[in-house]
This record gives sequence, structure tokens and C-alpha cells, in this order.
Amino acid sequence: MAQGWNPGGTSFWKDVWLRLEKNKPAMFGLVVVIIFSAVAIIAPLLSPADPLKTDLSNRLKPPGSPSEICSNGVYILGSDEFGRDILSRILFGARVSLSVGIISQVLVTAIGVTMGALAGYYGGKVDMIIMRIADILFAFPDLLFYIGVMFALGPSIYNVFIALALIGWAGMARLVRSQVLYLREMEYVEAARAQGLSDARIILRHILPNCMGPIIVSVTMGIPGAILAEASLSFLGLGVQPPTPSWGNMIYAARSYMLTNPWYSVWPGIAIMITVFSFNLLGDGLRDALDPRLKR
Amino acid sequence: MNQQKNIIEVQGLVKWYPVKAGVFQKVAGYIKAVDGVSFSIKRGETLGLVGESGCGKTTSARCMLRLIEPTKGRIIFNGRDIMRLNREQLRKIRPRMQVIFQDPYSSLNPRLTVKEIIGEVLAFHGIARGKELEKRVKHLLEMVGLAPHHMRRFPHEFSGGQRQRIGIARALATNPDLVVCDEPVSALDVSIQSQILNLLEDLQARLGVSYLFIAHGLNVVKHISHRVGVMYLGKIIEVTESDEIYRNPLHPYTQALISAIPIPEPKVRRRKILLEEDVPSPLNPPEGCRFWTRCRHAVNICRREEPELVECAPGHKVACHLYGR
Repeated sequence: MAQGWNPGGTSFWKDVWLRLEKNKPAMFGLVVVIIFSAVAIIAPLLSPADPLKTDLSNRLKPPGSPSEICSNGVYILGSDEFGRDILSRILFGARVSLSVGIISQVLVTAIGVTMGALAGYYGGKVDMIIMRIADILFAFPDLLFYIGVMFALGPSIYNVFIALALIGWAGMARLVRSQVLYLREMEYVEAARAQGLSDARIILRHILPNCMGPIIVSVTMGIPGAILAEASLSFLGLGVQPPTPSWGNMIYAARSYMLTNPWYSVWPGIAIMITVFSFNLLGDGLRDALDPRLKR
Repeated sequence: MNQQKNIIEVQGLVKWYPVKAGVFQKVAGYIKAVDGVSFSIKRGETLGLVGESGCGKTTSARCMLRLIEPTKGRIIFNGRDIMRLNREQLRKIRPRMQVIFQDPYSSLNPRLTVKEIIGEVLAFHGIARGKELEKRVKHLLEMVGLAPHHMRRFPHEFSGGQRQRIGIARALATNPDLVVCDEPVSALDVSIQSQILNLLEDLQARLGVSYLFIAHGLNVVKHISHRVGVMYLGKIIEVTESDEIYRNPLHPYTQALISAIPIPEPKVRRRKILLEEDVPSPLNPPEGCRFWTRCRHAVNICRREEPELVECAPGHKVACHLYGR
């Protein structure tokens, strides 16, 4: 073998990428996710109008109607009940949806991985207490819990993050705990103990890096769930508060005009559908790529 | 400096696992995995420990290192009773006693480079850092027969034998006094086995390290051990010099093990001693001598009284009623 052959850091991730690259649906999902993220970031540049700007003389116009507030002079996707440009509101709504999805999953991962690692590594009473709390959260109907938290803390996007994280960590903790239970019996972990390394070091360096795969899949699959949960909460009037646009509260507003102006509710619906679908495709692909034994 | 002759002394080591049963998880009995094991290892010596699977040899070794907490027993390492050490003190002393594992695949963390695997313990205990650490890792790699440039690779780029060499380098990184070799060759090809055994012997000659060498067959420990202990159902039943155990095995169980070693000579005919029945469960070992259910020489006393491990010839201890009375 050639001297100095070095696969450039982590050959594991290289392998994962090679497998993911071959998976067409997953790559489609990845591309859409990247496009949507880019759109969310540069929404102010793409939007033809200010998403909050009203024009009461042009209420509920169908797609393609002439507009006074849009820079291109047309309501591409129509206008809402206050004459606001629906396209601009969808673009800005992507910011809400994606940030809810990502930030809530960051919180879920932080809490869930910590709890799961502690429960799995130490076992005994620690495990018992953490997992019983997780079981209670599992037994609780999610939506009821969200509604309860939102009532207690008041509706705002920050409280949506908190509500989603408070219930979401339980699933992550279970996943991480089962991985830790398995990995803690590996001989390299025993070798680390025999070397007198600290528990923190063993968990952070020898156990957690080896369960990154399932965690990444769980995060990717958790994002669409969080987006849907935010949409449900906004639909119930408990999520993001008008006039700030979110896909959920747009559907909520559109439901009154379902019969007369059906396209109004269709646009945010399509936006949610494509985003959730793409994340799910990406998540499926990542799961296959990270665990080649699962298929074939 | 007052150098102890024995690097480690294990006295009356016991590990019982509670067996829980019923709705209330009451303790219904104990699996007596290790039931009163005593042995000692001198500096620079290799003690082989053999016995069939489940006889408690690995558990004894793990208890000795306190990787598993023993139920009872005294372990004197370098003149210190390590059963009395708290977590922090134990952590400090751990680099002095290391392990080489059986499975070269699960014993190396797949996410770390060879340098990280070998060097981690040095960095963690502040023994070496930066350039000095790299130098020591390179030196260790050369010592176990690998090349310095291997340190940037990952475990999956190596063969089983090479991985075992990395495991040996990791165990030797802190220059330990004692290394437990837990069946280090049983997962390897026969052609590789002798290479690893020779390497371990060379390293002992160079570094003066002591080994506790665990194996399930006598043929593997034959040429590496100075003394051999035979375990049966959680007890040591015979200990003596390595040559002596082949020439003059006393315990009927040891005799059966010796007769099971294949001789690479088709014309030699030897009476094989076949053991009848299975090993009794360690949950409920037979009363008296543990071996009587399968022993050809069993007499009445064997069923009633448990024989003690007594010295019946200089340096030859055996636990059997046939001798020593």
C-alpha cells in the first residue's frame, strides 16, 4: 500500500456520501431542502411585496391578478383577505417553518442525547427515573400537551420551540439509550475503562460518535414532524400569531374561504407537503446510507 | 526500593451474580461464576489460565482489574489492596494494568485513528503530549511490528492480526506491570496465532511485563506460560509449572484436557479420556468436589467434602481427594 495513504479524515462519512449520492429520491429531497433553506434565508430579496402590506381594494384576487403592491405588478399566487401577496407570505412563512423544524430538533437533540446517554450508561436509578418520565411523555397525546404548554406560556414562536422540545426529547432519549446500552458492552469501551479514562470522556469520545448515524436520521425525520406540529398549532391559533405569516396560520385564515377561493389554502398546503415530503425522503435515504445492512 | 516478588496476589476472589425471579424480583439464587479463586503472578512471569467456556476465567480476570466489581476477595497489586481504592485512586492506578481483548474487531473504536487509539491514554493521564506523544506512538507501532505511518489510518484498514497488534500497542502504551491477555489469539487464523504469541513473548523479554494469559485450550498456553492454572466451574483445581502440567497432570480433569490435545503424528495412539455428561450449572454446582459428576475416580468422599487446593509436590497444587492425604 502506498505510503501516506490517508482517506482524508473520516472515511466513514465519505462512504455514507457515496451511498447517499446514488439514492435518487434522497438526492431530490436534499436538493429541495437546500432550495427551501436558501429561499427562507433570502426571502426579502425574492418576495415581490412586503408580506405584511395590505391592499384592501384587492382582496382575495385569484392567481395572476394585477397588483399595486407587488414590484412585478402581478399577484402570482393571488391575494389574501387583506389584499396581501400570498407568494411573499409563503416565502416568509418558510422562515418560520424551517426555523421551527430545525431549532426544535436542535433542542430535542441536546436534551434527548444527554438524557439517553446518562440513562444508558449509568443504568439503575438514573435510568429508571429518566425513562419513566419519557414513558409518561409518550403516553400523553402530543397535541394536547402542545396546547397545554401554549396556554401556560402564551402563544409565540419561541414557546412553540419549547413545547416541541419538551415532548420530543423522549423519543430521542429512547433511541440514544438503546444505542448506548449496546455500545457500552463493546470491548473498546471496556478498554477505555481499563485505561482509567473518565466517564465523560468515554461517553463523549467512545460511545456518542458511534451512534451519530441513528441520531442524524432521527433529527432529519423529526424536522417534518415539527413543521406539521407548528402548522397544527398555528391552525388552532396557538402558534405563530398573525400578522406574521406561517404556513399553518395561512391555512387557518384560508379555511373560511375554502369554498369561494380554494387556491388560497392550496398554496401553503403544497408548501408544507413538499417540505415534509423532501425531509422524509432525505431521512429515508440517510438511514439507508448510514446502515448499509438494512437493505440488500 | 522494596520490590515485591509478586506483582499481583489474588486471594479468595468471589463473584456471584444474583438470579432474580418472580413478580417482585426476589433473589432466587446465585450464579457462582467465580467461587474462591486465589493465585499470584510474579514479576515478568506468565500465568496461563485455562478451562472450558463458562468456567469463570474471563470473569476472574475482569474482577481482578475491577472492571467487574467482585463480590468478595482481596487483590494485592504492587503491594496495594486495590479493593480498598475509591474510583479516583483506581483510575490513577489503571494504566499500570492493561488488557488485550479477544475480538480484534470490537476492541478498536472504528471512529478513531490508530494514533488516537494508542495515544489517548497517554494524553489523558498527561504522560505525553504533542510531538512527544507522536514519537511514543511511532515507537509503540514499531515495537509491535507495524510501521509508523500506520498511525494515521483507521482500524477498518487493517487485517485481524494487524488489529490485534494495535490492541497490544494500546495495552503497552503506559508501560504497564501486568497485562491480562483475554484469549488474544482465539479469534485469529492459525497462521497468525503463533506470530502474535511470539510477539507477546518477545515483548515480555524486552519489557519485563507480567501476563495473565487466558485460553480455553492447553495447547495455546503451552509455550507462552511459565505456570498454568486450570479452572473448572469457578474454581482453580490445579496449578503448576507449565512443563509439569504436561508431563504429570494430577487432577482427572486436567488429564482429560491433556488427552484432548491433538498430536501431529498419525501413528501415535493415545487413549483419549472422554468426559461424560455436560458441565453442571454454576447456579447449582454439585456438592463436594465440583467435578465428581464427571470424574472416573469419584469415591464417596468426593460427594461429601470439597477438596482444598493443596501443595502435593513442590510448586504443584491440586484440589483432589486422590492426592495429599
